[in-house]
Amino acid sequence: MQVNENKDFEPVIVAFCCNWCSYAGADLSGTNRLNYPTNVKIIRVPCSCRVNPMFILRAFQRGADGVIMCGCHPGDCHYTSGNYFARRRMTLLFSMLDYLGIERNRTRVEWVSAAEGAKFAETMESFTADIKKLGPNRRLEDLRCRKQ
Amino acid sequence: MQEAIIKRAKELLADGSVNRVIGWKKGEFVYDITPAVFETAEEIDADFVYNELTSANVSKYLVKETKKDGKVLVFLKPCDTYSFNQLTKEHRINRENVYVIGIPGGPKLDVEKIKAKGITGILNITNDNGTLKIETLYGEETMPFADAVSTKCENCKSKKHVVFDELIGEDGDITDTNRFEMVEKLENMTSQERFDFWRDQLSKCIRCNACRNICPACTCEKCVFDNPDLGTDNKAAADSFEENMFHIIRAFHVAGRCTDCGECSRVCPQNIPLHLLNRKFIKDINSLYGEYQAGEDTTSRAPLTDYTFDDCEASIVHERGAE
Amino acid sequence: MQRIGVFVCHCGTNIAATVDVKAVAEALGHEAGVVISQDYQYMCSESGQNLVKDAIKEHNLSGVVICSCSPRMHENTFRKAAAAAGLNPYMVEIANIREQCSWIHKDIATATEKAVILGRAAIAKVHLNAPLTAGESPVVKRALVIGGGIAGIQTALDIAEAGFDVDIVEKSPTIGGKMAQIDKTFPTLDCAACILTPKMVEASQNEKIHIHSYSEVSDVKGFVGNFSVTIKKKARFVDELKCTGCGLCTEKCPMKKVPNDFNLGLDNKTAIYIPFAQAVPKVATIDPEYCIMKKTGKCGLCSKVCSAGAIDYNQEDKFVEEKYGAIVVATGFNPIKLDKYDEFAYNQCADVVTSLELERLMNAAGPNGGTLLRPSDKTHPHKIVFVQCVGSRCDDSKGKPYCSKICCMYTAKHAMLIREKYPDTEVYVFYIDVRTPGKNFDEFYRRAVEQYNVHYIKGMVGKVTPKADGKIDVQASDLLSNEQLHIDADMVVLAAAIEPDKTARPLATMLTTQMDTNDFFTEAHPKLRPVESATAGIFLSGACQGPKDIPETVAQASAAAAKAIGLLCKNSITCNPCVAHADELMCNGCSSCEKVCPYGAITYQDKEFRMPNRTIAVRRVASVNPAVCQGCGACTVACPSGAMDLNGFSNKQIMAEVDAICK
Repeated sequence: MQVNENKDFEPVIVAFCCNWCSYAGADLSGTNRLNYPTNVKIIRVPCSCRVNPMFILRAFQRGADGVIMCGCHPGDCHYTSGNYFARRRMTLLFSMLDYLGIERNRTRVEWVSAAEGAKFAETMESFTADIKKLGPNRRLEDLRCRKQ
Repeated sequence: MQEAIIKRAKELLADGSVNRVIGWKKGEFVYDITPAVFETAEEIDADFVYNELTSANVSKYLVKETKKDGKVLVFLKPCDTYSFNQLTKEHRINRENVYVIGIPGGPKLDVEKIKAKGITGILNITNDNGTLKIETLYGEETMPFADAVSTKCENCKSKKHVVFDELIGEDGDITDTNRFEMVEKLENMTSQERFDFWRDQLSKCIRCNACRNICPACTCEKCVFDNPDLGTDNKAAADSFEENMFHIIRAFHVAGRCTDCGECSRVCPQNIPLHLLNRKFIKDINSLYGEYQAGEDTTSRAPLTDYTFDDCEASIVHERGAE
Repeated sequence: MQRIGVFVCHCGTNIAATVDVKAVAEALGHEAGVVISQDYQYMCSESGQNLVKDAIKEHNLSGVVICSCSPRMHENTFRKAAAAAGLNPYMVEIANIREQCSWIHKDIATATEKAVILGRAAIAKVHLNAPLTAGESPVVKRALVIGGGIAGIQTALDIAEAGFDVDIVEKSPTIGGKMAQIDKTFPTLDCAACILTPKMVEASQNEKIHIHSYSEVSDVKGFVGNFSVTIKKKARFVDELKCTGCGLCTEKCPMKKVPNDFNLGLDNKTAIYIPFAQAVPKVATIDPEYCIMKKTGKCGLCSKVCSAGAIDYNQEDKFVEEKYGAIVVATGFNPIKLDKYDEFAYNQCADVVTSLELERLMNAAGPNGGTLLRPSDKTHPHKIVFVQCVGSRCDDSKGKPYCSKICCMYTAKHAMLIREKYPDTEVYVFYIDVRTPGKNFDEFYRRAVEQYNVHYIKGMVGKVTPKADGKIDVQASDLLSNEQLHIDADMVVLAAAIEPDKTARPLATMLTTQMDTNDFFTEAHPKLRPVESATAGIFLSGACQGPKDIPETVAQASAAAAKAIGLLCKNSITCNPCVAHADELMCNGCSSCEKVCPYGAITYQDKEFRMPNRTIAVRRVASVNPAVCQGCGACTVACPSGAMDLNGFSNKQIMAEVDAICK
């Protein structure tokens, strides 16, 4: 991997967070002043089951370098079953992206509860580090959307 | 076989039990056989054809045809009956408006494989005990039947009709084939090799939409890729991303619903092995959520509209095998 | 094009210390559609809100973006402010630049840059916002309780007490449930009938409570506040209104060999019967399977002796439809069938009984009038072996994986009662663990061991073999002394696992509520909403939700009642406007969305559509009931055609946010 090239690389990372657990967990890491990289930008969705594979591809198309989806822990979904469906969808989607040769660490699912502010910050820290290691998203992007 | 099918079609038309027949009609050349709707015995006598070159899965035509008045007779090969069931399950076909006759299936021939041997000007093709006798403008050629078998018939998943009102010929069994061999081979490549493989293949895509239009699982009233209101429409293969996007989303939308009929690859004018995308989903679903064959019945819950509490986590993708 | 106002909050120094708020306001002011962009020290304060309100009026704003703290904090505040200024509250979006920006970043330059991006994403979303109106749906002020055991009775009494009409649907001829069959209750050893029957009478006399006994729920339609339920009143061949419950018919009935299910088949009853003396309603019922008149058309004895003229051999099942605002499920439990447990010889030997059968054998109103006798030869047992966890905590397919919870305590109760009444009887209890959490529970169990000398042996019984001399050989291992034991017992009592009633699963389908793999109803949240189902307006009471003893059941019954009362008190319910909706022109009618909807909010109908060539086609299309939908969005992703979308979080809105962030 071209680690040296990526020294000044600041990846764009999109995090989809469910309103009830993970978005609250992200708020908690703020309340506790737990630092994580500014690269991560959060999009609030009602539930992880609202995340359409289309959104993830769209993010990559427009130049995201990594996409992470966070939801309530299995069994704790506010809507009881949403994250179970999300888990299957994301597992299959990620497997397909991997099969197409997209670097597998560009996508991740993490279950973060409203009480896990520290876990949220750690997760974002480690995910950003992974993406920095991988370098810019080149395999799944729309060249027309590339920043000049 | 063709005679028996035509005889039965004419009988059912004559006694008024059906109003239309969905089958196949011959084209300009012996090998360009296309799906067609017949309304009279004369049309059937003139054009109906069923032989080793008749490949098309006609179940999808029932979506439109069963919404019309009257009853439709349809001839389904074993593999087509899975698509039929799946469409019935999704309420796309009005079952009471169809009369299904199961007919024996493949192996079918792929004329492209014959042409690939440099055989041109084909006038007629006959099968003589495993040897194809090909009459051409330039004389007769021969080649082994096995060398011209359609890709979709190389791994036949079933010779059993899962649904029918009557059968012509014998019903077979579900066949256990090694249909995931190529998927496994790809899985064992490195990430870069896989990327290169698919870039090679998908960059050939001309976005003609043939795969989507033939696919019995792609029966949406309006496809997301044609809908400007959704902001996801794109029609040209203008960029490698759009090829990726189209094929990933299409495969995802049919995941758990694809019966593995192989029509997408058969009709692709660029010979992209699109069925390998669908088979990847089928293989993943089988290994992660338990064996599932779409279209085997009309009641089971599709894997993506189902779950168990202890399903594997998405991280399984990151953990397995080498990068 | 929207006219958008952007308001950047300093939050004192909470935001302003790490985000250059002026620069953010300046940058966002240049975004397309933004007509005013301001910063202010405390946007949530009275004067901050006035700033927003004035700007909405002055600049005729159609959308508002507040860059401030988390929407979980003040989204409602700003929505209300917008509404007060005449703007639809759902035209407000929040960019979270405090919890998710200023508080976690230290570098002013990058934090400011991020705040601008978050602001842009919110602006991009507002561009696609549409005004939403929260609908209202009326509440029918009547509740239905399904199941007339102690859980259902308690729930009904509490709801009636609050002044609402409540119907109890009970499938057997009398209310009372399992508690009516029990002899004594732990840990106080008071008589079950003495505390239950007054409640049964209270329920029957309360004019707000209407009991449909010998009835079943056959169909449920509608949604929270407005359920429409069809109740099947099974033919009992006796006119409920005429029957006085005198019991003369039961004395005269010539068919006396009907297994008495109330006594679990330990004795017989007549073909026309009243389940027990304190039954409510106290009305006779004819079992048509045994009634000679029903079978041969000749007899009619009961009709002749009935002075009230209540017997009606031609009665048919009746269906009544009723509207309810809330439904409480209290379908209870049953002990599992022990057919698969040949090792305990349950089917081979009459003296191997279940614990519930023992309750009847010891009950004063039971087959032996309260004297404990062996079912086989009616002699006093001198040695009784209790086996715990029969079918509970099992990993195999024969039993249940869970702990049935009540067995440890009732076994201690049985052992104690036997030792109290028959000091010459030896009692052995084989257990895996003794589980006695609960008020005064462990003390109770210790009394059984210490005061009553019950022999508790840690270990499982391997085999129970009836012997020729009438004794029963119990082969077991004592895990503590590591010895193999043989006990010559007179009786063996099996603590059979309990399972939800068989009627629960079809009922759950009708109610579109969820069940776990063991068929217990699933609560909306295991910690925070334990008596509500995930389906709005459906509440859970008693053992249908999980194994429970009587005090827990009653507590949950009252809790479910409180929740139901809370709903019934309202004249109408405000619906969340952020719900899914289907575009009928794109819908395939494929049912994918319906399968992932946890609330059963999606239904299908055949609709006529004009086709391009002037024909009319009938297509199956989905429609979402906005009163039932909770807005999770699962359906939107299950839908392959993109026909299903979610208000407030639409596909286009989320993709616009994605675009703004990645730009």
